[in-house]
Amino acid sequence: MTVLVSVGRHPVTGRSRRADQDARGVELARTLPGAEIGLLHAGRLDEGNEAALRGYLGMGFDALTLIEQPESSDALPALAEALKAAPPQLVIAGERAEQGEGSGLLPYLLAERLGWPLVSGLAAVEEVSGGVATVLQALPRGQRRRLKVRLPAIVTVDAAAPAPRQSAFGPAQRGRLEVSEAPVAADVEMAEWQFKPARKRPKRLKIVKAASARDRFKAAAAKAEGGGGQVLTDVTAEQGAAAVYKLLKEEGVLR
Amino acid sequence: MLDTLLPILIAASLALAVIGAWRRVRLWRQGRSAPVDLLKGLAAMPRRYLVDLHHVVARDKVMSNTHVATAGGFVAAAVLMVLVHGLGLAQGVLGWALLAASATMFAGSCFVARRRRNPPARLSKGPWMRLPKSLMAFSLSIFAITLPAVGLLPEDFGSWILALALCTVLVWGLGEMVFGMTWGGPMKHAFAGALHLAFHRRAERFSTKGGEGNRSTGLKALNLDDRDAPLGVETPSDFTWNQLLGFDACVQCGRCEAVCPAFAAGQPLNPKKLIQDMVVGMAGGSDAHYAGSPYPGKPVGEHEGSADGPIVAREGKALVDADTLWSCTTCRACVEECPMMIEHVDAIVDMRRFLTLEHGNTPNKGAEVLDNLIATDNPGGFDPGARMHWAADLELPLMRDLQQAEVLLWLGDGAYDMRNQRTLRSLVKVLRAADVDFAVLGDEERDSGDVARRLGDEATFQSLAKRNIATLSKYRFKRIVTCDPHSFHVLGNEYGELGGDYEVRHHSTFIAELYDAGRLHFKPWKGGSVTYHDPCYLGRYNGEFEAPRNVLRALGIEVAEMERSGFRSRCCGGGGGAPITDIPGKQRIPDMRMGDVRETGAELVAVGCPQCTAMLEGVVDASAEVRDIAELVADALIAAPASTGERSQTQEAQAAEVL
Repeated sequence: MTVLVSVGRHPVTGRSRRADQDARGVELARTLPGAEIGLLHAGRLDEGNEAALRGYLGMGFDALTLIEQPESSDALPALAEALKAAPPQLVIAGERAEQGEGSGLLPYLLAERLGWPLVSGLAAVEEVSGGVATVLQALPRGQRRRLKVRLPAIVTVDAAAPAPRQSAFGPAQRGRLEVSEAPVAADVEMAEWQFKPARKRPKRLKIVKAASARDRFKAAAAKAEGGGGQVLTDVTAEQGAAAVYKLLKEEGVLR
Repeated sequence: MLDTLLPILIAASLALAVIGAWRRVRLWRQGRSAPVDLLKGLAAMPRRYLVDLHHVVARDKVMSNTHVATAGGFVAAAVLMVLVHGLGLAQGVLGWALLAASATMFAGSCFVARRRRNPPARLSKGPWMRLPKSLMAFSLSIFAITLPAVGLLPEDFGSWILALALCTVLVWGLGEMVFGMTWGGPMKHAFAGALHLAFHRRAERFSTKGGEGNRSTGLKALNLDDRDAPLGVETPSDFTWNQLLGFDACVQCGRCEAVCPAFAAGQPLNPKKLIQDMVVGMAGGSDAHYAGSPYPGKPVGEHEGSADGPIVAREGKALVDADTLWSCTTCRACVEECPMMIEHVDAIVDMRRFLTLEHGNTPNKGAEVLDNLIATDNPGGFDPGARMHWAADLELPLMRDLQQAEVLLWLGDGAYDMRNQRTLRSLVKVLRAADVDFAVLGDEERDSGDVARRLGDEATFQSLAKRNIATLSKYRFKRIVTCDPHSFHVLGNEYGELGGDYEVRHHSTFIAELYDAGRLHFKPWKGGSVTYHDPCYLGRYNGEFEAPRNVLRALGIEVAEMERSGFRSRCCGGGGGAPITDIPGKQRIPDMRMGDVRETGAELVAVGCPQCTAMLEGVVDASAEVRDIAELVADALIAAPASTGERSQTQEAQAAEVL
């Protein structure tokens, strides 16, 4: 299996580091006994990035494959090529990068391009056997959903996945960064974007009118209020798709 | 018959001892190389033994005299025995000298026997219980055999049965004292100990004719440039050879065990057992033969290791469990008490380095703290830009603006801690009252690296240290003053090896100097009785016991000393990253320390360290208030008596606004 790793950014100081979610992905991969794990990164190699990438090696790896790309390039084609050339059974990625675009779309675009299924927000991979992986998807409020997915597949990790182990300095320094070449595709769209520091979004106040501790607890533990939702069972794919289409129209997502 | 038998016996035991010595040396040489001046060390050994070692032993007067009689008697008797009975030089004074030496040794061994009748828990039992008998066997048989040689008894006194019986006892004595010295046994401590003193890894610890040795407490830096070198100590053979030799010198007197705060708290650490485990590992085998107190909660006999096997297993058991190593608070009480000058803390940090740098296995909050130090330069993960928020209203002069000052005030990570901020504000008030020309680094300051280093993360320590040294080199100042003894120790004793040499003062020392120079004036103390807690990193690490007491005296406080104070002060439990790794025990170390405070009946305990303040203030239901010396001084400040004029009155007015 392959874990896609990126260069993270510390939320307070902005220093580059191993990205928290990607590190969780690595930890998730390490929980599978006997798995052959490869680390893959596409990006620029400089001093700051190298220290961050070595953070993953410090979790107990001899090598990391680095597809060298200039700064303003699209990592997608390079990653897709590399994965197509030597397809792993399972590709694990974080939910979104800690810097750069950080749209969280990369796993989806990759899955689309490779034609592989994608499962998001995993808490655990329980078993990989016979071309099928049994995975546990994290849902809100500690709920879990067990899914079986045909391999090869791409999965992303949730914050509920096991916390990454400490990165040890010795193995991190000794590990190799195996640089490989790949076609460079300039990210034309991003070049046209304007970047500015993000503004903190105002937080919606949650007003809990509770007289007792019990009420407050109930409010905190309550399920999200939906009410308007609809559970469709025993419908054909067309009927289901029509219902989803109708909802998206109503909500104004599709016009 | 004795005339022929004795030289043979003596020669045989000496020959066996030489073979044993060679085998022992081979065990030590499994260790890594270490730069030691062998000849110089051997030449310095007698002085190190007679002065420095004896200085430690003499803290227990009875035991010291016992040892002088027994060991002195033995060394003299052994040498004379070879001359008198081995080479047949009984004529004249030599025989009489041998009689005197063996008699002295016998007298000493009687005291050894007396102590072994009801031995304190800290002493090892097992083979050590037979030692007084062996000492007596040797001294008595030598004495008896020498009587005919000097003519006190006729040559053919007694029958051949008596001679044979004497020889049997002598064989026992020689076996323990000469053969056992190098083949392992209680007397091994004499052989290994003598060489350990000669080849000690901290030669600067010892006094020379020129003067006292320094305390030599800074940890030694690890070479991080060699990428292939394993970092820290994984197996017993990863220690340097003179460290292994040092472990072998242990006499199992258990003084370390008696003072170890972690052992007393029921955490799984016993310094004596740890050193014995290293000896077991060096020779290979299991700890089943260990006859002292075990690690609390860990039965003896379940661990084993070898010279090239791991000390701590990734999973399961090896020689030592990881929680044993992480229990240490690095308070150095064991090192201070050790009569054999063994360096326990160095060994523990060496092994921690491996666990952190190679295994990535720092327990509990360790990994988080180290990640914070890497990403934010402080253990709490706070914004480096928020370091000076506590002083937003004080308008502290910044080095960046001034470029130079007489005193650089090093704040330490206490700047983020609301409790320590009170201490810092008090210290600023005191400095302003004394009109000290000082400045702070502000946001340019980073953690000194103390915690990282003691958690074994040498890489992060060196990274922090080098950046701090680079920052400090930009500015001109005479000395650094800090209220954090950990920063004090690291800046003063550990940055030197990385290229930063500074004159560092603890704030208590500096305040004492200011007072002596007449720059501070105090109103008389009106509070209740006060005791003083010596921080390990100020006292044992840096030998500063007097200045804080002088300051308290200047305040008009008579310190009600705790039983364990000064160099024997008990740790607060806050050092060495112990609060971060948080190994469970039966009780908490700070609770025990506040128990010590309670015994003095003091209403207030004065401290001089942010860690101690935090640990001691965390004690529930404490009988005494915890105040930093800076706070006590700031509260007692008054304007100078009228004769010194107006200037200091305006100073006082300014100072009042600070708090």
